[in-house]
Amino acid sequence: MLATQIFIAFRMTINPFYLTQFHKMKLSQYFLAFLCPIILFTSCKKSDDEITADAKSSFTIEFEHQVNGVPLVLNNATYKNAKGEDFKISIFKYYVSNIKLTKADGTTYLLPESYFLIDESKNTSKIITLNNVPTGDYTKIEYTIGVDYARNFAGAQTGALDPVNGMFWTWNSGYIFVKLEGTSPQSTAANNALTFHIGGVVDPNNTIRNFSTEINAANPLRIRTDGKPNMHFIVNAAALFTGKTDISFSTLNFTMGGANSVIVADNYAKGLFRLDHIHN
Amino acid sequence: MLFLSIVLMYACSKNEDEIIAPEKQITFSVPSNFTAPAYHFEDNKITNAGFALGKKLFYDARLSADKSVSCGSCHQQFAAFANLDHKVSHGVNNCQGKRNAPPLFNLAWQKAFFWDGGVKNIETSPLNAITDACEMGTDVETIINLLKNTSPYPQMFNKAFGSVEINSQRILKSITQFMAVLVSGNSKYDLVMRKENGASFNSLELAGYHLFKEKCSSCHAEPLFTDFSYRNNGLDLVSADEGRSHITGLATDFGTFRIPTLRNIEYTGPYMHDGRFYSLDEVLEHYNSGIKPSPNLDPLLKSGIPLNSSEKEQIKAFLKTLTDNEFIKNTLYSES
Ligand code: HEC
Ligand code: HEC
Repeated sequence: MLATQIFIAFRMTINPFYLTQFHKMKLSQYFLAFLCPIILFTSCKKSDDEITADAKSSFTIEFEHQVNGVPLVLNNATYKNAKGEDFKISIFKYYVSNIKLTKADGTTYLLPESYFLIDESKNTSKIITLNNVPTGDYTKIEYTIGVDYARNFAGAQTGALDPVNGMFWTWNSGYIFVKLEGTSPQSTAANNALTFHIGGVVDPNNTIRNFSTEINAANPLRIRTDGKPNMHFIVNAAALFTGKTDISFSTLNFTMGGANSVIVADNYAKGLFRLDHIHN
Repeated sequence: MLFLSIVLMYACSKNEDEIIAPEKQITFSVPSNFTAPAYHFEDNKITNAGFALGKKLFYDARLSADKSVSCGSCHQQFAAFANLDHKVSHGVNNCQGKRNAPPLFNLAWQKAFFWDGGVKNIETSPLNAITDACEMGTDVETIINLLKNTSPYPQMFNKAFGSVEINSQRILKSITQFMAVLVSGNSKYDLVMRKENGASFNSLELAGYHLFKEKCSSCHAEPLFTDFSYRNNGLDLVSADEGRSHITGLATDFGTFRIPTLRNIEYTGPYMHDGRFYSLDEVLEHYNSGIKPSPNLDPLLKSGIPLNSSEKEQIKAFLKTLTDNEFIKNTLYSES
């Protein structure tokens, strides 16, 4: 809300059409204009003529799944966790939501209804397209690993949030944010199974984590009407098991929410995603 | 006042002598002695076609893994949509669940579902039954495929939602239309409260009502006969079912369960989360002499609720005024 108002204020300052409309604007927006003089000031100076104020375009994000630097291959490849224990992965999927972009001047754009389920077993899910994004140079991207609080308790959903995707708990409302299943000889569970279903939004076991990364200002995310950049992220599935707490599969091999899920979420909050490069 | 106003609409075709059967307009309305509901149908407008579809799904056993169990098998109208005579639910392949099926009515007032409050939205509440290996033992995708290939479902989805597309959202929203319209608010108690038709309690019921307000309504609060909190009423020293703590992970919630409504209690036995008591006499005797000092026992019950036999009769008489026969017998809600 605030973000869009700032954006409107920003557009007002660089587009004369908005100025003619200025007297029609709501009081709150006047207030905002006073509250954000710095933002407005820097916006005013921005007169990059290739950026038309209300032009929109799109960009894509590609998620490349790896395990400690080698490609993730479901079922067959064997990997090692930080404790040196072998493991295999059979399912790896997670939600990315509420994607937010920030320009160098601090203006932000929250992509509405941005909910994506990335699934290693579905190649098309690993490249997502984000449409209707205001053109400009963005120097920061943020998103939620998982699903925001409200949607966990909302009514029946479709698309990425459809319960048919197997990422919704039916006995304890809410989404599984990150799901990793596999096996490890060290696992004490039946069939040496690894079952990591991370979710839950209520304290003290809230597992909503936000990821953010700065984009090198020399090569920002340049969204243009004639330029649809691609951001390339490396996603390290082994990040669930290392970081704040190195996990041994002999003691932690099953979690579906609760305190153990928090341990895993605290690990992947930092290590799961790394922005590798941008093709502008 | 009739809370479920049934408007009869007579539609005549152009052809004078061909009269289409009258259609009752399905509506949701709040009894005047009730509080404001929690579910508002904003994103799920009730239509006759949506309700009819939801009801058909609710009663269709073909949805379950072995085609033997429907929602209506465990939630029976004559038991106010609870499960008569079943301590715990009985699903596909004769599997026994661990909890007693609660009645289904006035769900639009509930903010959380199940004995432990694990489910937070009425629209997603059917999912557990569908997927639980011990209830219907199937999954939504299988159901979608079945419905796509089973007449008259595609036509019914078309009528309800404007196209033949069948997805989980439409299934859940239509079942919700059926379930949320199940309002029970026409018991004798309601008539007395609303001063309708000159209804009044007899002296036994009135004495029971006074006792109830004194001893029970701090938990079973009017007008819904629950305050929706989670408490332990001393059934066991150590509960076999962890109850609310399964959801919150808090030791202080171990063995606590949502206060159940007492509306239609005459028909919803057996009682408690595990259906351990078959009669109201057993329930009252539990409060009188059976309270176990479990660690999370609600402080209000620390010394039990002493009740002599005439008090028990009075409370029982009052509890029976909570029976809503109009609801139990309403053919709008019956399998047709
Ligand atoms: C095998 C028996 C069984 C079947 C079939 C079944 N249920 Fe239930 N239902 C239960 C039990 C048992 C509970 C309580 C579960 C708990 O508290 O853990 C329940 C709880 C519910 C609740 C929550 C009620 C409340 O007050 O919290 C709703 C709503 C519900 N069921 C709807 C349905 C629908 C819709 C279907 C069909 C899709 C269905 N049920 C099928 C046994 C069943
Ligand atoms: C401290 C709160 C509290 C008080 C006071 C209380 N109850 Fe309850 N009652 C509960 C809880 C909690 C349950 C469900 C327990 C369970 O299933 O584990 C329950 C269950 C019941 C049930 C079973 C309902 C069903 O559908 O299974 C009946 C009947 C009942 N109470 C009647 C009464 C009466 C009558 C009184 C007053 C004499 C009373 N209760 C006082 C908390 C209370």
